[in-house]
Amino acid sequence: MVAASVLPVEVPGLRVLLETMNLRPGFADPDNTLVTFGAFDRLHFARFVILEDQTLGDLTAYGVAFPDAPIWLVFLGDCDGDGREMVEAFARDAAPGLRRIFAHCTDFAPTTDLRQWMHSHSVSPATQYVNWVGRTVLDVCQEAALHAALRAALPVEAGPQPAIALRNTLIAEVARHGPLPSPRPPTPLAWRLAQLGRAGLGVLAFLIAIPVGLLIAIPFLAILRRRETRDAVIAPRPTPAHVAELALREDYDVTNQFSAFGNVKPGRFRLWTLVVLLWVVNLTTQLIYTRGRLARVGTIHFARWVFFDDRRRLLFLSNYDGSLDSYMDDFINKVAYGLNLVFSNGIGYPRTRFLILGGAEDEQGFKNYLRRHQLPTEVWYKAYPGLTTSDLDRNTRIREGFERSAMSDEEARAWLALI
Amino acid sequence: MAGADLTVPGDVTERDDVQALLRSGFGPLTEACFLLLRVADVVAARAWLARVHVTSMADLDTKQETVLQVALTAAGMRALGTDPKVIDGFSAEFVAGMAGDAARSRRLGDVGPDAPEHWDWGWAEREPHALVMLYAQPGALAVFREEVVGSIGAGFDVLTSLETSDMKGHEPFGFLDGVSQPSIDWNGERAPGSAADLDYGNLIAAGEFVLGYRNEYGRLTERPIVDGAQDERAAALLPRAADRPNAYDSGRNGTYLVLRQLEQDVPGFWRTMSAAAPANPIPLAEAVVGRRLDGSPLVPLQPQRIPGVGEDAGDRVRNQFTYTRDPQRLACPIGAHVRRANPRNGDMAEGRTGLVGQLLCTLGFAADTDADRIAPSRFHRLLRRGREYGRLLSIREAQASVEHPPAGIHFLCLNANISRQFEFVQNAWLQGTTFGGLTGEADPLTGNRAPLMTGAATDEFSMPQGGGVAKRVAALPRFVTVRGGGYFFLPGVRALRYLAG
Repeated sequence: MVAASVLPVEVPGLRVLLETMNLRPGFADPDNTLVTFGAFDRLHFARFVILEDQTLGDLTAYGVAFPDAPIWLVFLGDCDGDGREMVEAFARDAAPGLRRIFAHCTDFAPTTDLRQWMHSHSVSPATQYVNWVGRTVLDVCQEAALHAALRAALPVEAGPQPAIALRNTLIAEVARHGPLPSPRPPTPLAWRLAQLGRAGLGVLAFLIAIPVGLLIAIPFLAILRRRETRDAVIAPRPTPAHVAELALREDYDVTNQFSAFGNVKPGRFRLWTLVVLLWVVNLTTQLIYTRGRLARVGTIHFARWVFFDDRRRLLFLSNYDGSLDSYMDDFINKVAYGLNLVFSNGIGYPRTRFLILGGAEDEQGFKNYLRRHQLPTEVWYKAYPGLTTSDLDRNTRIREGFERSAMSDEEARAWLALI
Repeated sequence: MAGADLTVPGDVTERDDVQALLRSGFGPLTEACFLLLRVADVVAARAWLARVHVTSMADLDTKQETVLQVALTAAGMRALGTDPKVIDGFSAEFVAGMAGDAARSRRLGDVGPDAPEHWDWGWAEREPHALVMLYAQPGALAVFREEVVGSIGAGFDVLTSLETSDMKGHEPFGFLDGVSQPSIDWNGERAPGSAADLDYGNLIAAGEFVLGYRNEYGRLTERPIVDGAQDERAAALLPRAADRPNAYDSGRNGTYLVLRQLEQDVPGFWRTMSAAAPANPIPLAEAVVGRRLDGSPLVPLQPQRIPGVGEDAGDRVRNQFTYTRDPQRLACPIGAHVRRANPRNGDMAEGRTGLVGQLLCTLGFAADTDADRIAPSRFHRLLRRGREYGRLLSIREAQASVEHPPAGIHFLCLNANISRQFEFVQNAWLQGTTFGGLTGEADPLTGNRAPLMTGAATDEFSMPQGGGVAKRVAALPRFVTVRGGGYFFLPGVRALRYLAG
């Protein structure tokens, strides 16, 4: 992710330029001339967002101000493999377009070295979530093609034939005409080692957390409860104009984007609570929630939380299936505790109790809060429109079944049901 | 989820202030018509709204020969001169209207031939200001209507009058209709959010259907509150707000009313079913609908009672079931209309599993991912009060019919939160091509068949089979077309006088 500040006078022109990249409002043309997203075969999702915070006034609830708060332009790509290599590829293959876009940033001149500039403006997320760790764009596309080929190979009248026989027929048919998924490259050793390291870190953190937690639990909870009862709740209904700007860019595909920005509650207590929690959440998304679900929520493709301005502000970005109403429903009815843990450290969040209770359970206040902090995503790209996480999951299971050498009758029937 | 805040009122005591439609669909009053009106003369319109007798819940304690109900759109409130601050206190979707913006139409599936600009009513200068619903005993409607229209006089112009016909409880395709309704917890006996809600229940908090009372989150849904000190009329006319001192509640005892005129291509439906299943089209049609023609469910009944089901034996044989006994979706396809419209899910797809089980499910370690993709039902219920129109054809007549005599449903539902209830059901469950992990199919009965942006089809219907490969019907034509629609507010009797200015 690249982030750079933009002067207010540049913002309207930048929005106009970014809109030229779109097929529909906010929905990128994969072949647009500025950044030809479709040509980057490791890229799952991408977006441009302008972080023009509408809620800075909320800081007055804490008697502080942030008068010189920058406006950020964010360019984010969710990609396979190393993010630095992705930046290299963008700088190499989309230079003219990116130069035109970044020319709106305060420190970008016609003579600037794009590659170096992008690297120096790279920002790492505090936490990121990937629906299925290790599933590449190539996997997604090949598995979807495999599903289509198997579906097309189904006999019109299956008749009463054993599942195993039908499976063999289908496999032979697709093996003859293709397309076949290419063999998966082995998981890189470096990644395996790093994962092992993270697991070790997780265990260590858990072991340390128990005694430390016991030691600080009482003072921590005392301070927390004091603040939770006094912190201002700022969750008025968002203006119709703001909601219209957001809705204009939603519901073209089965997947939608979400970008929200807000101020962290001032003071070290909330900041460190947030830093530690985001670190813990990140560990769980790397070690536990790597196979299709973030706790009970299965509809998120990619999500990340990123600090800005010396951790005074936090950005949340996600790509989710369905409309916002469904996403909110998941948030409130399935993972309210998880949202409360993180977002209750933001100014104005509905009142929580003990970090996890309340908060998002105030349905209307929570919906107002999220909508009010949401920002229009000027350009949003998805490499595989039309496919949901559930489709990706099913197609992966089809591929796994396709590549297995033998199956029992029951397994074959379950596999056929997927097609 | 925390238990409900008991200081939030859950019991509806002001029965004389609640319009009767919340209590009953007026079955014995088989004749009905819905007048869609536009304000012609503001003074006369206000005067009529101030004096018209609106039947209340309490009135139904005695037998009513005729019933009159009144609802207003946001445009209507503006035309009547309601305080703009009050109008803006209603929900955003009501203020904007059903046809208010393209983003909403996209979410509702009102695109292509269903787009508002093709509607007979509900859009631009054909947007109604008021809806007057008239119900009467057989043979008595004509006189009642004449009397009412006469009394309206110059106040309103009749934009259109939606006629209805008595199909003896069936909808035009021939299925028994209105078989399942939520039971409303009028007395506030149930505390929403308890462990019992992990399983499906049909007894729903009154606040889901009436404003000013506890909803399924244990809270009061937002609604316009008026400061009594600044508005003497409010203090004189309106009920007090439950959650604020010296304030009056213009939403209390009222609710939102969603009306959509859905035209049904009955011959097309039965011809399609016959083409796909020439030997016997009825089982296929029943799979599409998700119930048998006579209203009985496709999945077996369960022995355990479901809260809010089983007032009488007839209700039990039609509604004492959930889909947990059909996890592979063999008895009732997941994409069937009624399974989409109410998936009968509890807060946890797995139901009650004990403390450890619940913790594991909460953290996302439960087994059945697909079932858990579907939202809990209790936050997305609708109280349906629609009426049919046109002539009911037999299946044989429908198959033989060449011309399309107009028939359909004036779909009408009541809910306290349009976006969380009606719009959610319409978008995520009926039009949603992502429902329950499906691909390539929207509601087989009411889907608009519009392809996805990628060109991918949404007009399939799949029926999982025990033998492996699912049975599929592809390229379903459109059976339902939207002819009109609007978001109305069905106010409390006192609030009607206040809103009328």
